[in-house]
Amino acid sequence: MSASVTPTRTLISQAQLARPFGRAAYWTVFWVLVALFALAFLFPLYWMVSGGLKTPQQIIQTPPSLLPTSPSVTNYATAWRDLDLGRLILNTTLYAFGALAFQLVFDVAAAYALSKLRPVFGNGVLFAMLATLMIPTTVIVLPAYLTANDLPFTHWSLLNTPWAIWLPSVANAFNIFLLKRFFDSIPTELLAAAAIDGAGPLRTLWSVVLPMSRPILGVVSIFAVVGVWKDFLWPLLVLTDTSAQTVNVGINQLHVGVPENVFVAALAIASVPTIVFFLFFQRNIMAGLTAGAMKG
Amino acid sequence: MATINLTRAVARDLRAAEPARRGGLRRRLRRNATAYLFLAGAILCFAVFSWYPMIREVVMSFQYTNFAGETKWVGLRNYQRVLHDPDFWSAWRTTGLFTLFAVVVGYAVPFALAVVLNEIRHARSYFRLLVYLPVMMPPVAAAFLWKWFYTPDDTGLFNAALHAVGLPSVQWLQSSHTLAVLCLVLFSTWINMGGTVLVYLASLQGIPGELYEAAELDGAGLLRRVWHVTVPQTRLILSMMLLLQIVGTMQVFLEPYVITGSANDTTSVVYLIYQYAFNYNNYGSGAALGVLLLLVLIAFAGGYLWLSRRAEQE
Repeated sequence: MSASVTPTRTLISQAQLARPFGRAAYWTVFWVLVALFALAFLFPLYWMVSGGLKTPQQIIQTPPSLLPTSPSVTNYATAWRDLDLGRLILNTTLYAFGALAFQLVFDVAAAYALSKLRPVFGNGVLFAMLATLMIPTTVIVLPAYLTANDLPFTHWSLLNTPWAIWLPSVANAFNIFLLKRFFDSIPTELLAAAAIDGAGPLRTLWSVVLPMSRPILGVVSIFAVVGVWKDFLWPLLVLTDTSAQTVNVGINQLHVGVPENVFVAALAIASVPTIVFFLFFQRNIMAGLTAGAMKG
Repeated sequence: MATINLTRAVARDLRAAEPARRGGLRRRLRRNATAYLFLAGAILCFAVFSWYPMIREVVMSFQYTNFAGETKWVGLRNYQRVLHDPDFWSAWRTTGLFTLFAVVVGYAVPFALAVVLNEIRHARSYFRLLVYLPVMMPPVAAAFLWKWFYTPDDTGLFNAALHAVGLPSVQWLQSSHTLAVLCLVLFSTWINMGGTVLVYLASLQGIPGELYEAAELDGAGLLRRVWHVTVPQTRLILSMMLLLQIVGTMQVFLEPYVITGSANDTTSVVYLIYQYAFNYNNYGSGAALGVLLLLVLIAFAGGYLWLSRRAEQE
């Protein structure tokens, strides 16, 4: 880690840092930052986990103690049972991976059609999709909610079903934009060669385009999964049954009357899945984030 | 060998092109049909959950609508009702103040932090990992955690910290509107800054080192190098992030909903839309408020589009 000194020069030159004063200043700033980051980003998490281990008396004691005196995991067991956290986490996982599957199938197919099959009015369709980027989902949340409750023509209600999360997630213009831009960069000759070999559009997509698009598919997948885990307003409206709720909505709904220490334990448990997911995929997540933001 | 392959490919090419010339129209029809088959799923989802609700939002704002689906044309009455609601101005004041604080705190702090972090040559992944940790928490869990930190009596973490250094405790969320909004912004910055810091770091790494070299030769000190090299070089990404941040924070909902409730007048505009619909069963007024918010956001989004156009040209 320390060996990978950046070759390009930044604000402060290497020579300046090598001088005694520069070195002292650098290491002071470095250790202050290390401590500050630990305090700002690790300590709140420690406080949450240790708060969950405290007894009801200890959690309201003044001043609060840094360490739980007789740590016990009973709060965690109670939280898991009383807030039905297993179900909430399972629901959210189901919604997240379902949304991922729907986005991968429909958004990839649409971006491929717009980029390579180029039908008549294709640009019009693309424009109509990109226009939705200007109108945030929070603004149209009421009509979208009434529509999901009573679909046009069929009069089906999607409320409290996974479809209420899966289908709206497909209407994601940012995905279409990222995917189409990537597909545009794939040379047409390659697709023509596949067509000459007798491959239809679907076959071409599956065996030529998709294998080349792994990086962008990774970015889209991570955004899809994280998006569902972080969403709050929409699931709050469409998932009113406790048995169908996501982690965010369920915690909000079920916290009334739960003792403080048990509730804090519940918050800690609820944070585990995404943080573990992040630790596993941190490289892809951070690379995807910057790539998406710089291009978007 | 290569020539043989080439001629064979050309021959195949010609053969493949042959039916196209003969049945041009039929082939084009087929290609279009296939393309729209591929597009069907996405178009349907966009139509039902994006395009139709957009139109319906405007229509609804001129109607009386409730959950049962009864509708009645009421002209401009929804807009009148919304504009005469004292909560309307209070919600805009909260949202405006939130956006202002978010720009001052949530915009300047991540940039300053990124500039400093870019100079650090050790333990880089430690900093990146930590700053991004809160982003990965379920936001409602994180919001409740901070609500607990803000506990007004001395059991709260922040008041305990004040006590430890000999300061009196503070009624974080209960004392004044301004302080309550600032508390919400602090939480919002904590949970969101990971993403912004990483984007800034990426753009800082794109600054050519020669520029700093030249500035230093010209005798520019540290702060002048930041002001005359770093800021202009990242100007575009800075202004784009600013607009994104403004548009994002204008839609604040989760923070006041979870942390303060509607206490201390911290109801935001989106929260007020929610209240019209789900507390008063008046979807029309909620839609009217949504249209007004949309007009404000479109002004900002238009600015964003204009900037990214310019970014592409450069």
